[in-house]
Amino acid sequence: MWRILLARARQGQRTIGFPDEPPTLPDRLRGRPTLDPSRCVDNCTACADACPTGAIAAEPGKLALDLGRCLFCTDCTSACPAGAISYTSEYRLSARRREDLVLGDNGDALAPRQRALDEATRRMFGRSLKLRVVSAGGCNGCEADVNVLGTIVFDLGRFGIQYVASPRHADGLLVTGAVSANMRLALKKTYDAVPPPKIVIAVGACAISGGPYIGHPEVEGGAGAVVPVDLYIAGCPPHPITILDGLLAMLDRIPPSRRAT
Amino acid sequence: MKALLAIPNASAVALDAVPQLAPDAFRLSLVTGVDAGLRISALFARPVDDRLELVAVLADDRAGLLRCARTALGDELESLVPSCPQVHLFEREIAEQWGVRVVGHPWLKPVRFEPPRRGGPAAPIGITDYFTIDGEEVHEVAVGPVHAGVIEPGHFRFQCHGEIVMHLEISLGYQHRGVERALVGGPNKRSIHYAETLAGDTTIGHTTAYCELVEALAGGRAVPRAYALRGIALELERLANHTGDLGALAGDVGFLPTASYCGRLRGDFLNLTAQLCGSRFGRGFVRPGGVGFDVEPARVTEMHDRITAASRDVAEAAGLLWPTGSVMARFEEVGRVTGEQARTLGLVGPAARACGLRRDVRKTHPAGIFQLVHLPMSTVESGDVFARAYVRWLEIERSVEYIRTQLHELPRGPIRRELAAPRGAMFAATLVEGWRGEICHVAITDDAGRFAAYKVVDPSFHNWTGLAIALRDQQISDFPLCNKSFNLSYCGYDL
Repeated sequence: MWRILLARARQGQRTIGFPDEPPTLPDRLRGRPTLDPSRCVDNCTACADACPTGAIAAEPGKLALDLGRCLFCTDCTSACPAGAISYTSEYRLSARRREDLVLGDNGDALAPRQRALDEATRRMFGRSLKLRVVSAGGCNGCEADVNVLGTIVFDLGRFGIQYVASPRHADGLLVTGAVSANMRLALKKTYDAVPPPKIVIAVGACAISGGPYIGHPEVEGGAGAVVPVDLYIAGCPPHPITILDGLLAMLDRIPPSRRAT
Repeated sequence: MKALLAIPNASAVALDAVPQLAPDAFRLSLVTGVDAGLRISALFARPVDDRLELVAVLADDRAGLLRCARTALGDELESLVPSCPQVHLFEREIAEQWGVRVVGHPWLKPVRFEPPRRGGPAAPIGITDYFTIDGEEVHEVAVGPVHAGVIEPGHFRFQCHGEIVMHLEISLGYQHRGVERALVGGPNKRSIHYAETLAGDTTIGHTTAYCELVEALAGGRAVPRAYALRGIALELERLANHTGDLGALAGDVGFLPTASYCGRLRGDFLNLTAQLCGSRFGRGFVRPGGVGFDVEPARVTEMHDRITAASRDVAEAAGLLWPTGSVMARFEEVGRVTGEQARTLGLVGPAARACGLRRDVRKTHPAGIFQLVHLPMSTVESGDVFARAYVRWLEIERSVEYIRTQLHELPRGPIRRELAAPRGAMFAATLVEGWRGEICHVAITDDAGRFAAYKVVDPSFHNWTGLAIALRDQQISDFPLCNKSFNLSYCGYDL
């Protein structure tokens, strides 16, 4: 007993201050990329050619990058001879609409208003959101960093968000994975079992676009192929802070100072 | 057994050098090899023109060698399972992928409900003849594929008498995304990303195996500094997962202090990997010829300090488990697998070491940095949940010491070198001791140096049957605990 209490005292308080305080992120984190097509060498398509998932479109004087397909690897930045693509430490990578994940040139950002649910839905779920997690044809990386939000570090419960054991208890689904053909029916049935109104959150490149498995006949190419998606959180896998930011932004619970601009 | 070609781990030979045995000689070699203590690390079929070829890689732990052979395969294969049970799943896989009739297999059913490799529809997922038990007061409990937590999908059927599980059947395939199939024809720009996502929690382990193959096929090596850094990353991966598992085991018996602390500490180890390469799971770190990121002296110091702090907290958190009666009452003599069962089934990794088997690729088949730096092997005899937990704790201690020392003994020099293209008509095999156990990758190149075959064997492929055996005669309420004590991969199995 004393041993346990002593350990409790020594292990201390570990819950992070985010979103009220800025998050602590690794210095090498590959967050939202920036594109600078003015640096592009004539007719060069090295980045697009190197991209494993076809996330980049390179035309003369124009670059576009689909965060929903991006694996946040270093293949494009290594291939580019001119430094036209580089990663930033920007962790805010969520969007309500699929097309908002496509970055154009440098000035683009994920507009904050587009990340929140409409007011009526927010009024319903804003202070209590119960999610059923469906893992469907991924690598278990997203699942791991979705799960970690339940630890004392992130303490998801303090925001009224909780993963629940039954779709009947849920307000929505959190889907990871490219949705394998073998999970299609299970995902659909789970969605149908959630009482309306309900929301669907797609976490990670797989659930948004198929990720590394884009084009495989064994997968459906993301959650959107089976159920309507209300929030996309990009990454492969997204950092837990990115997932938490996405969830909180959707509920309009990010303090103004930390909203994406 | 003498008919098999012996090669060192993580090496390549000309495909012609791998003996093409007659089917009977092939079978005899496998059976006598396994009788003599060898293990089946991989057994798979591959198409050669319009025919099939069966390829075997056996691990000889005593000699530290891989023993390989191949044989022609027709439409029918006489099952080896009656004399060599550990091939049971490999044969099921061959039947499912290539439509081969396996004669005499006692348990022939789909492995992952995947489309046959030579065309045609997949068997509908989950539809198969499940093992059932009839009788008064016998009932069946079916769970999954969607589970009650943040867990990968899988289907479990328990045949119960009251609270006692007489049999558990595990039916997977829900994570099947065609990743092993898609590796064939590479290496290409997706290959390394396939390797990194074979099992996301084992990114370093699987990517190391992939890179060792590509290096061997190219006739090259990674640079010394990269070998050392890969070793650090591999042990960090082990630390994160073992720590998380101890926490989850504590959670499953309702002992919240260790569950809470280890949940946080797992993240501290993942964050150390992120400090190396920006990704908590090691994405972008292991690359053919070396690694993608270097560590400067300041980073070494910071990593050393952070691992020291985290290891002190893990020691305290794990140390709460063993003297706590309510924990030990649930850990001891629950989910027992005997050494004999583990040997018969071909279990690997901590699950095998918890049954007293000395199976650790870092020790028996060292490649890379482990040829120079030796980690002691950790074993426990009792084969129960306690043993699987305690083996993890012993390995945490050793991995911490390893990393703390290695951080200060990094060889100087570049972190990556250019490799030649893979040579044509080669055969390469590698074993890596991931945190779950032996990861086996095998590649065969065509004349142009492309992968004509690529086989991935995740440790979970060997170990899922171990979980089914561990559940026999246990209370169904102990399933979560037993399951967590194995903590196997669905995606690594489903591929």
